[in-house]
Amino acid sequence: MGEVAHRYDETLPLEYRTQESRLNILGFWIFLGAEVALFATLFATYLVLFQRTGSGPTASELFEVKDVLIETLLLLTSSFTCGLAIFEMRRGRLAGLLAWLLVTLLLGAGFIAFEIREFIHYVHEGATMQTSAFLSSFFVLVGTHGAHVSLGIGWMILIIIQLLQRGFTPKTARKVFIVSLYWHFLDVVWIFIFTLVYLLGMVM
Amino acid sequence: MGANGHHESFPWKHIIGFVLSLVLTFAALWVALSSGLPLKAVIVIIVVFAVIQASLQLFMFMHVNESDSGRIQTFNMAYSFFIAIVVVAGSIWVMQFVL
Repeated sequence: MGEVAHRYDETLPLEYRTQESRLNILGFWIFLGAEVALFATLFATYLVLFQRTGSGPTASELFEVKDVLIETLLLLTSSFTCGLAIFEMRRGRLAGLLAWLLVTLLLGAGFIAFEIREFIHYVHEGATMQTSAFLSSFFVLVGTHGAHVSLGIGWMILIIIQLLQRGFTPKTARKVFIVSLYWHFLDVVWIFIFTLVYLLGMVM
Repeated sequence: MGANGHHESFPWKHIIGFVLSLVLTFAALWVALSSGLPLKAVIVIIVVFAVIQASLQLFMFMHVNESDSGRIQTFNMAYSFFIAIVVVAGSIWVMQFVL
């Protein structure tokens, strides 16, 4: 404890004050690097296979611009509001932080709702995971992202509960900051899903 | 240390990042669906837009280059994107001879 305490730096934002927190944040960045590699393998699989549609529908027959745009805007806006939550945290405003985290959660839940609706719609049109190599790789890639968002929602709810119980401490601030990094990262992945899966699928 | 305790009272960085992200999203949509450009040009443009937008998220929202380990974080993410490009482009390139 003594060693950590002497590295305590009052001049930094709350989430960076202890050495442990600084290392946690750095470690989380390294984890995000590994996540990039994970998604890269799924993108590679999808891009190799997406024209192998067998007897099933093609990407351009399946994708609807409107649905994709709604999902994209929901997730992009949630990434923005998550950034505002951190902005409020650094101003020391707990109410503002909680409010923006709640908005982020609602937008994230809206995204998941639209995605589930989209998947159900595809299955009703006979486009299931078993239909073709295109759809197997599509559901694995987009589904893995959706599972990440769902996990992020559960994680953020737990962090909000801790904030309500404990208020601002170097520990809760660090936890909020790390979940915010995770949330922004999910939008980074979605940008590439939007571009390489949906836009590319609609033009090719 | 980039993550200083005092900072501006209005989240300009976030708002600029958000507006630019919206512009890039709609621009990519337009290029893909309505511009009538040849396919290769469309692909190059929308991928460039995606990379710019991802960078906006990393720098404007996630502050990848802040704190003492900002350089390590930035290098880590740059390296992971390099790995991603090798995996994705390499797979597409090599599999076109197989499939």
